[in-house]
Amino acid sequence: MHLVYPAVLSALLFCTGIYGVLARRNAILVLMSVELMLNAVNLNLVAFDVWLSRTADEKLHSGQALTLFTIAIAAAEIGIGLAIVLAVYRGRGTSDIDKLRDTAEGYETDGPDSDAVDGDGTEPPAAEKAEATA
Amino acid sequence: MTLAAIASATATTAPATVAATHPHGFLSPTGAEIAFLLVGLVTFGAALVTVTTKQLVHAALWLVVALGGLAVEYLLLTAEFIAWVQVLIYVGSVVVLLLFGLMLTKAPIGRSPDADSGNRWAALAVAVAAAAALVWVVVDAFRATWMDLDGPAAGSTAVTGASLFQNWVLPFEALSVLLLAALVGAIVLSRKAKAESSSPPVNSRGATGSSPSVPDSRNHTFGRNGRSQGNDPTERNTPSQLKNPTELKNPTELKNPTKLKNPTEHNNPTEQKGAR
Repeated sequence: MHLVYPAVLSALLFCTGIYGVLARRNAILVLMSVELMLNAVNLNLVAFDVWLSRTADEKLHSGQALTLFTIAIAAAEIGIGLAIVLAVYRGRGTSDIDKLRDTAEGYETDGPDSDAVDGDGTEPPAAEKAEATA
Repeated sequence: MTLAAIASATATTAPATVAATHPHGFLSPTGAEIAFLLVGLVTFGAALVTVTTKQLVHAALWLVVALGGLAVEYLLLTAEFIAWVQVLIYVGSVVVLLLFGLMLTKAPIGRSPDADSGNRWAALAVAVAAAAALVWVVVDAFRATWMDLDGPAAGSTAVTGASLFQNWVLPFEALSVLLLAALVGAIVLSRKAKAESSSPPVNSRGATGSSPSVPDSRNHTFGRNGRSQGNDPTERNTPSQLKNPTELKNPTELKNPTKLKNPTEHNNPTEQKGAR
């Protein structure tokens, strides 16, 4: 089999994952895109392991071992990530990562919740700016 | 198809080991290559739908198609054990976990128009540029490289197990410790959130009218205040607040209940506990 096929498919899947991570708003959809990227890497590892095990006579099978490790770490990552997302959802009532801007450097003015800030939030921008400059 | 037959016939007759002498070509794909291409198209299409669909649950279900397609690709690459591990772990558990997460965060069932953020076009530009660069580099680098898939499978369970338990035992054991740590960490994260939601400060917060599970924006401003003011309590603490928190709490509670009550919660919890 031509090596280009799995390599190109892996590259395309990885870039699909990049688009999902950058463009999605729900944290769980971002986690799905991360899974896509990890799977693209796994496909690359397996393809090159199969190629090297024949041409270079590599008996260590490092690509497949690393693929298994990646799958296990991805399972751990998805467990921890979902626990974090659920904790954030319990505390904030949303899993929308565009609204989780507590550690943003400047106080946002164009956010979707900027209209509700004016009721009781005339002071926090000044306070946060003072904190940022201090 | 005749070209493919000829190519496969010559490939079987000529026991070529060096890639350059293979009688392969772009225009004479073998059966495995055609199958790989078709399954790859399905996988890539499912991945595209996963990252672009507006229905969140459908995204998880299309992810199943993409991951299953990848398992078939592993089978075509003669990596059997990886393929079954993929089916078991990804399709079996990861997608189920994602669906649990979607349902526990009360994801909307129908079409949600705000599934994509506003910087969608920048993301699309980045992804297309990265895809173009990667595909060009990969095709240019491995244009004349062929894998030899004949003979015994490179990734059968016996081969993978032997290499895993002869050469990779120490990383394997370390990985088991990591999995245990991740399990304990996930449990601790969930338990802490549960205990916090039933603890008294949250109750008093709920009495002010903004319960923590209501996704209104007032809640976010509250969280922002609490976070930023909890960071440096000494700076925020005016002496009058420290002296008599109840006096400050009462008149301002009518105006903005979440704002000024919060520093007193953060700064002197012992006082509150004593009062309780």
